[in-house]
Amino acid sequence: MSKFNKKKSGDLPAISTASLPDIVFMLLFFFMVATVMRENTLMVKNDLPTANQIEKLDKKDLVMYIYAGEPVDRFKGVYGSSAKIQLNDKISDVSQIQDFIYEERASKREELVPFLTTALKVDGDSNMGLISDIKQELRKANALKINYVTKSGDAVEAND
Amino acid sequence: MAKRSAPEVNAGSMADIAFLLLIFFLVTTTIETDSGISRKLPPELDENMPPPPVIKERNLFTVIVNSNDELLVEDKVMELKDLRAAAVEFLDNGAEDCSYCQGAKDPNSSVNPTKAIISLVNNRGTSYKRYIAVQNELVAAYNQLRDRVAQERYGESFIAMEARYNDPRTSDANKDKLKPKLELIRELYPEKLSEAEPKKS
Repeated sequence: MSKFNKKKSGDLPAISTASLPDIVFMLLFFFMVATVMRENTLMVKNDLPTANQIEKLDKKDLVMYIYAGEPVDRFKGVYGSSAKIQLNDKISDVSQIQDFIYEERASKREELVPFLTTALKVDGDSNMGLISDIKQELRKANALKINYVTKSGDAVEAND
Repeated sequence: MAKRSAPEVNAGSMADIAFLLLIFFLVTTTIETDSGISRKLPPELDENMPPPPVIKERNLFTVIVNSNDELLVEDKVMELKDLRAAAVEFLDNGAEDCSYCQGAKDPNSSVNPTKAIISLVNNRGTSYKRYIAVQNELVAAYNQLRDRVAQERYGESFIAMEARYNDPRTSDANKDKLKPKLELIRELYPEKLSEAEPKKS
């Protein structure tokens, strides 16, 4: 009987929680890996202008980005210092915009194509000549919904 | 005594620390959404299209931006900060058939907001920054008028109504109620902003 008693009197062994952190870290790593924040490496200067009458661009999958501006210092040697357009990860020419739009369209589901918006992320110091060239190309490609991406803030103050 | 093993470190709270980190990052990571001024480009011109109707000079509000970023509004030099007020004055003039306008009813200015057109001309040398600022002010003029008429009729600003309409949390029934109101306001002050192709300097 004494054997029996001995067992009962002992404390319940604590469940080891040492592996719980591993489980949580596994979760953490899973989310860290699964969250893809696709961001193009910018090769052009991109100091956006300021405006306050703005609308949010949600539904990221329905947005095509066109960047424009002067190449950053690192790429000035290759591309020169006049304003350039960046499509995906390449510095491109205005004439390549149409192909870019068609490619983007082809990669989307067909019923979503009419809702595609082109977001223009253009450096504030570029000239309108470049932007109107882009707009002409977009008109030719029939991509008529555009959005000038801006920072929020007072436009008048920013221009003084 | 020498045989006593080192006491085990309690690792139970490690999980709490890890959870804390996880929750902190979950809460603070905002995947940045872009925002900007939305515009619609005109479709490509068709050669066979009939020529556009002639617009009376009084219904046209011309804004010209030159390559030095200076503004010429209705043939007068103007500062950017005055543009919004000038545009509002022009749009809200309401010389004929406009019960909701509060303008001066100047016979030389626009007939009513549905006829009034703002024409924006810029130069190839205009800076993008200035172009966006001008666009912003013109959109602000429309929004100001729409807000006013929405406030009068529904006691809520147009921007707030639009935000509520676009909010996914708004129920469909509410959306159906909002839609005709928004459409009515858009009809009262339609956004008629025409952009000419930029001139070569």
